[in-house]
Amino acid sequence: MERKFDEELKELSGMLIKMGSLAQTMIHKSIKALVDRDKVLLSEVYQLEESVNYMHVEIDDFCLKLLALRQPQAGDLRMITAAIKINTDLERLGDQAVNIAQRTESLLERPAIKPLVDIPRESTIAQKMVNDSLDAFIKKDVTLAEDVLTRDDTIDDINNQVFRELLTYMMSDHSTIPTAIDLIFVSKNLERIADHATNIAEDVIFMAIGKDIRHHLSIK
Amino acid sequence: MTKKLIIEHLNAWFGSVQALKDINLNIEENSVTAVIGPSGCGKTTFVRCLNRIHEVVDNARISGKVLLDGEDIYASTSDPVLVRRRIGMVFQKPNPFPTMSIFDNVAAGIRLNGIKKKNEIADAVERSIKMAALWDEVKDKLYKSATALSGGQQQRLCIARTIAVEPEVILMDEPASALDPISTAHIEELMQQIKDKYTIVIVTHNMQQAARVSDYTGFFLLGELIEFSKTPDMFTNPGDKRTEDYITGRFG
Repeated sequence: MERKFDEELKELSGMLIKMGSLAQTMIHKSIKALVDRDKVLLSEVYQLEESVNYMHVEIDDFCLKLLALRQPQAGDLRMITAAIKINTDLERLGDQAVNIAQRTESLLERPAIKPLVDIPRESTIAQKMVNDSLDAFIKKDVTLAEDVLTRDDTIDDINNQVFRELLTYMMSDHSTIPTAIDLIFVSKNLERIADHATNIAEDVIFMAIGKDIRHHLSIK
Repeated sequence: MTKKLIIEHLNAWFGSVQALKDINLNIEENSVTAVIGPSGCGKTTFVRCLNRIHEVVDNARISGKVLLDGEDIYASTSDPVLVRRRIGMVFQKPNPFPTMSIFDNVAAGIRLNGIKKKNEIADAVERSIKMAALWDEVKDKLYKSATALSGGQQQRLCIARTIAVEPEVILMDEPASALDPISTAHIEELMQQIKDKYTIVIVTHNMQQAARVSDYTGFFLLGELIEFSKTPDMFTNPGDKRTEDYITGRFG
C-alpha cells in the first residue's frame, strides 16, 4: 500500500539529493578555481553556499514536522533520523568548499610554488566519495556505502603526504611558507570532506539495515 | 530476569477454526508486554488463554502449555478460579458492577477472598483505588454508584478492582481503546507505576501505545506469533518484513 507518507519521504530524499548536488558543485568549483587559477568561480561558490544554508534549515524543519505528525516507526524512523544527520554533513561539506575558496583567494595572490598533483588527486577521490555516498543513499545501497568507507584511508595518506612534501618546501625556502600553509589547509579541507562522505555512508547503512557501525562499536 | 509465564506450543480453536498456531514465548516478571496485530490476528484469544477465559466460550479449546511460575495452568489439578485470581483481567469496555457503589466494586473481590474485617477491607479498597490513580477523584463519593463515573474513571475503577485481589499478572485487553486521550494517558502512566509489583500483558490496536508503555512486544498475524522482541528494537529495527509493514502502516 503506497502511503501519503511515502510521498513525503520521497520529497525529503529529493531535497537531500538537491542539497547534496549543490554542495558537490561548490567543492568542484572551489578546487577548479584553485587548479585553473580562475577567480570568477569563487564568487559562484559563495553564492551557492546561501542556497545550501537555506536548504539546511528547510530540511531540518521538514524532518521535525514529519517526526511530529507521522510518528514514524522502524525503517521510516531510521530514514528520517539519517536525513537529519546527513543534512548536517551536507551543510558542512558546503562550509569546507567555502574554506577552500577562501584559501584559494589567498593562493591566487601569489605565484604557484609547484604544479598541483596530489591535491587534485585527493580532490577527485573525495568528490567521488561524496557522490557515491549520496548514490548509496538514493539506492539504499549498503555495498556501495561500505565501499565508500574503505576509501577514507587513501585520503588520509594523501593528506599526510601533501603535508610532508610542503614541509620540505617551507624548510628549504621560507618565502614559500604562506602558500604552503594555504595548500596544507586545502588538503585538510579535502580530508574533512572525505570524513563527511564517510559519515553519510555510515548513516546510509544504518538507514538501510538498522546496523550502527560507527566507531566500530557494537552497541547492537 | 524471571520468566513469570512460559507459553509452549499453544494452539487455540473456536470449533474447527484455529485461532492460534503454535505460540511460544516467555513473559518476563515485572515488565509490560504488548501484543499487537491486525483485527482477527488472535491477540485477544492469546491473552484469554493466559487465564483460562478462552475455554468458557462454547466449543473453544486449546492445546499446549501455559506455565505460571513453572506450573501448567492447564494441568488437570489446576483450578481455573484460582488461576484467574492470580492472573487478573481488565477488559476493553469498562465493566463496573452497575448496581454497586464505587467502594463495593473494589471490595467485592476482597470479600469473596474471605476477608471480613471492615477496616481491613477499607484499607485494601483505599490502597487499590490509590494505586489505580483514582483516589483523589472519588474519595468524597465512594458510596455513589460506579456508573456515575466517566468512562476513564470506570476503567481505572476496574483496574482497582483487579488489583484489589492482589493478582500476580494483569491482562489488559485494549484497556484504553474506548477512552479519551487524557484518560488513556492516566492508564498508561498507571501501568508504568504498578509494573514493579505486577506482570502486565496488554493487547492494543494502538502501536504508539505499545511503543510508549511496553518493554516487550509480540506481533501476531493470522494466529501466528511473527516476531517477539524488546519494544525499542521492534519499533526501530523489526526483524520481519511483515512486522515492518504493519507498524509503519503499509499493511493491507
